[in-house]
Amino acid sequence: MFKKILIANRGEIACRVIKTARKMGIATVAVYSDADAGALHVRMADEAVHIGPSPANQSYIVIDRIMDAIYASGAEAVHPGYGFLSENPKFAAALDKAGIAFIGPPKRAIEAMGDKITSKKIAQEAGVSTVPGYMGLIADADEAVKIAGQVGYPVMIKASAGGGGKGMRIAWTDHEAREGFQSSKNEAANSFGDDRIFIEKFVTQPRHIEIQVLCDSHGNGVYLNERECSIQRRNQKVIEEAPSPFLDDETRRAMGEQSLALAHAVGYASAGTVEFIVDGDRNFYFLEMNTRLQVEHPVTELITGIDLVEQMIRIAAGEPLAITQADVGINGWAIESRLYAEDPYRGFLPSIGRLTRYRPPEEVTETTRAVRNDTGVFEGGEISMFYDPMIAKLCTWAPTRSEAIEEMRTALEAFEVEGIGHNIPFLAAVMDHPKFVSGDMTTAFIAEEYPEGFDGVTLDRYDLRRVAAATTAMNRVAEIRRTRISGRMGNHERRVGNHWVAQLQGEMFAVRIDADPEGSTVTFDDGAVMRVESDWTPGQPLARLSVNGDPLILKVGKHTHGFRVRSRGADLSVTIRTPRQQELAARMPEKTPADTSKLLLCPMPGLIVKVDVEEGDEVHEGQALCTVEAMKMENILRAEKKGVVARINAAPGDSLKVDDVIMEFE
Amino acid sequence: MSNILAQLEARRAQARAGGGEARIAAQHAKGKLTAHERVELLLDEGSFEEFDMFVTHRATDFGMEKQKPAGDGVVTGWGTINGRMVYVFSQDFTVFGGSLSETHAQKICKIMDMALQNGAPVIGLNDSGGARIQEGVASLAGYAEVFQRNIMASGVVPQISVIMGPCAGGAVYSPAMTDFIFMVQDSSYMFVTGPDVVKTVTNEVVTAEELGGASTHTKKSSVADGAFRDDVEALAEIRRLFDFLPLNNRDKAPTRPFFDDPVRVEDSLDTLIPANPNQPYDMKELILKVADEGDFYEIQKDFAANIVTGFIRLEGTTVGVVANQPMVLAGVLDIDSSRKAARFVRFCDAFEIPILTFVDVPGFLPGTAQEYGGVIKHGAKLLFAYGEATVPKVTVITRKAYGGAYDVMASKHLRGDFNYAWPTAQIAVMGAKGATEILYRSELGDPEKIKARAAEYEANFANPFRAAERGFIDEVIMPHSTRRRVCRSFASLRTKRLTNPWKKHDNIPL
Repeated sequence: MFKKILIANRGEIACRVIKTARKMGIATVAVYSDADAGALHVRMADEAVHIGPSPANQSYIVIDRIMDAIYASGAEAVHPGYGFLSENPKFAAALDKAGIAFIGPPKRAIEAMGDKITSKKIAQEAGVSTVPGYMGLIADADEAVKIAGQVGYPVMIKASAGGGGKGMRIAWTDHEAREGFQSSKNEAANSFGDDRIFIEKFVTQPRHIEIQVLCDSHGNGVYLNERECSIQRRNQKVIEEAPSPFLDDETRRAMGEQSLALAHAVGYASAGTVEFIVDGDRNFYFLEMNTRLQVEHPVTELITGIDLVEQMIRIAAGEPLAITQADVGINGWAIESRLYAEDPYRGFLPSIGRLTRYRPPEEVTETTRAVRNDTGVFEGGEISMFYDPMIAKLCTWAPTRSEAIEEMRTALEAFEVEGIGHNIPFLAAVMDHPKFVSGDMTTAFIAEEYPEGFDGVTLDRYDLRRVAAATTAMNRVAEIRRTRISGRMGNHERRVGNHWVAQLQGEMFAVRIDADPEGSTVTFDDGAVMRVESDWTPGQPLARLSVNGDPLILKVGKHTHGFRVRSRGADLSVTIRTPRQQELAARMPEKTPADTSKLLLCPMPGLIVKVDVEEGDEVHEGQALCTVEAMKMENILRAEKKGVVARINAAPGDSLKVDDVIMEFE
Repeated sequence: MSNILAQLEARRAQARAGGGEARIAAQHAKGKLTAHERVELLLDEGSFEEFDMFVTHRATDFGMEKQKPAGDGVVTGWGTINGRMVYVFSQDFTVFGGSLSETHAQKICKIMDMALQNGAPVIGLNDSGGARIQEGVASLAGYAEVFQRNIMASGVVPQISVIMGPCAGGAVYSPAMTDFIFMVQDSSYMFVTGPDVVKTVTNEVVTAEELGGASTHTKKSSVADGAFRDDVEALAEIRRLFDFLPLNNRDKAPTRPFFDDPVRVEDSLDTLIPANPNQPYDMKELILKVADEGDFYEIQKDFAANIVTGFIRLEGTTVGVVANQPMVLAGVLDIDSSRKAARFVRFCDAFEIPILTFVDVPGFLPGTAQEYGGVIKHGAKLLFAYGEATVPKVTVITRKAYGGAYDVMASKHLRGDFNYAWPTAQIAVMGAKGATEILYRSELGDPEKIKARAAEYEANFANPFRAAERGFIDEVIMPHSTRRRVCRSFASLRTKRLTNPWKKHDNIPL
């Protein structure tokens, strides 16, 4: 076994690999760029080597830099994580040449599967079911439009070297095919240094289901069943689970066996993932094979009890697989939620900055439940503009799917992240979405269920009442504390009343609160009664309460007359006043915020790459106005409605802040 | 008998009705509450004791003898905020536009005299068209009587003004001399001369809002310390502020039960200072993480944001915070920020509120604008304020403390009680680049040499240890333990006694 390995990656996956290596008694070497000098993976590793400036193309994906780090540290093997060099055959070759073990598949397997066109051919030959499409390379946008027409809309335009949603577009019209081709090509060039593009049929009502395989270098292989990753936003996975609620045993076995056949066909030896699209009739089509550890591998680990990183290391060290197909079972259900530094209220645009607060839920492993959080950040750390905006992968496990979802709800409620925008409210909303709960979803789930984006959850009346009861009881505690100030007039203290009015989500609840040493009984004016118990004290940002015996977790902030409360994907301003205060407050005028509808504001910090219109241009709804690059992603900003461009305040190359005015309309 | 008692009720009801239903409706239509409603929201429920509700004016000119509403346009009295005594006056715009008559002024003076005698703060709710012209010089005399009392009360009891409608002409000088002025957005304005006079005299066309609205006074003129959305929010926030303030200058800063561990460790503060010394960070994060329950009441948030001032509590007791803000103008000291902080420091000192100072200051802002504006004397105000303050003073240098600004920011030399520095502190005459360019002028032609000199300077001087060697820094502390250190320091200073030499008063460079 290796004595020392180097992890050619950063963030949570580097931390994840370090954990297993440590468990196996292997020393670890981290590599880091300028931006990551204080990163968690650097803190966790036994040693760390600086490999260059912050941009990944000057550090993490420069093979020579990694090789230098290997020589400097004396590592015997390299785990590439995912992304970066993980599927770069040149890197595998360089390691080979240097006599360093690559904790991943052989170079030729990477090569064969790394090219989407070649991989599809091999898959077909190996008897794997594939999607119809155009396998050749496409020269220009005109040809892209022609081919798209031949394959038939909708089509998927993909970077040959792509992955993780980058360099990938769906087109339903010639116009979109043209535009999609161009942006895929640009993104592919920027992200992978390879701008080859191909086009294939886009399967409708598709589910994304993938098979985890594990092969050794002795010709043994097993499949570790499936993961379903249908909850995606713009082809970026957001929520994954294992097993899939959709597969039957027969389909599972067929997919597993075909996956193994493909793996064997390319001489695969390591952990790998074969991705499929599955349609409503459980027809499945090969999509691609990822010759690396997947982001979402923890859900497989949770249901199989197999540590994939450990297996990868053992295989790389030449050990034969100790697992046979008969050993692989499905124990319970696991869900993974990816926490992204993306602001759901701003169209999921990347948010960067300092994590002023980061308190994940407690990790537990019990016989009936488990909570696991794979993370690469810490409170006081920085979400940098240079890398992937993923903050953490929160996983829960329980014997059944519904229990695992319930665990996830609780875990998300207790997950505190401040300082940057993040998608916890959105993840919480999905956990309560009836389609997700029933398992009836496709990869279009987010686009279909949240077509206008995500505005936060509207709580139903019962949940609103629970929040109203909880916050009025909390407010009473805070008000009583205020009356305990020093310097008050003896015998003439303020007495806090029992009657309060809570206003939240546009509804008003008049309540009476009767407190006793154990808690508060909150009576609504229609006679409904709720019992609130809690050990919350003023100032605590996380309130754990029990309302009518059911748990309720609230993230609590302050404002003048009450609290800002976040719960179950809802973000509420709760105003609590005495009846008389409320009566007078009702006289106050509504103040509307300034009108920004005639402005195009920069939705995220980023760089203007392209401005598509000129002053005086008439634009129609949905027309591309300009492109802002942030977090390596090109974001096209479009006109929200018809109008005429009056002024343009930004030019390509300008670096803008959030809410900077890019252009003004007449 | 019962008839006589009923008569009282009737008279009271009449007095409470102010200027009558129509005017009250007009007041409400403007989004404003009435004088009584405001008092009701400001004070604890049922605690208001009204004075002089039957007072009427004594004017006879211009037909005034025919209208003599009870109360004469101002509601006065006392009550409690969370059980603590406070005197209040609330001008009633529905009665003669809230204009100030001789008797109106007398009512205000009466409660101010009471406040001074009994050691309780005064809160004025201003909503007045100005002097009552019908009364002529008697009205002006009334103003001056109020002014004189503002002056006498200054530094004895806290005085808070809330501008909730017009406040123009001579009327502005009473709030101007109180400790804090707050305004209500869109419905209040203050100016010495209104838009009409401005137009006549200077031909300048300006709206009342532009000339003296909440935005103008919180952002440009710094006359106001804060602005709130509406009457209801303003009064609730004044209650919140009141809980931070002592009742008078012989009282200690108030304390209340707290639910936050005084030894709470904040590991994230260890990474607050960016690796690049020129990169800004948000000083407010430090303030919020040190404060009890993350509760911070900021004063003059929208003015001279390169320095942050406001109140927090440590172990339940009020502490005034002054902090350079690297996010704005690199936290530099200039005319505006010096004036802002100086006034805040003097308020704290006057009312026995301990002062916590966080320092990250690159120096004073250079340039003609600053020099012509008198930065020398304005900067000296802050220096003076810190130097004369006898309250407990704890200072934490987080990063830069350069040049004269180091001295100014509650340094050891200005009788700082506890002067801490983080390991990231750089206490020096100036930054490495500037210093080497002066010290090694002869080598300026050789960039390599200068670079080496700068590195050498940085290694030797850009740290807290040169100052610590001399005892100017009492201890270099870990950022994560700042709350614990600061809490313990103030705890040890609860018995501090320090008095300045007897003088009639000092001569701060105004």
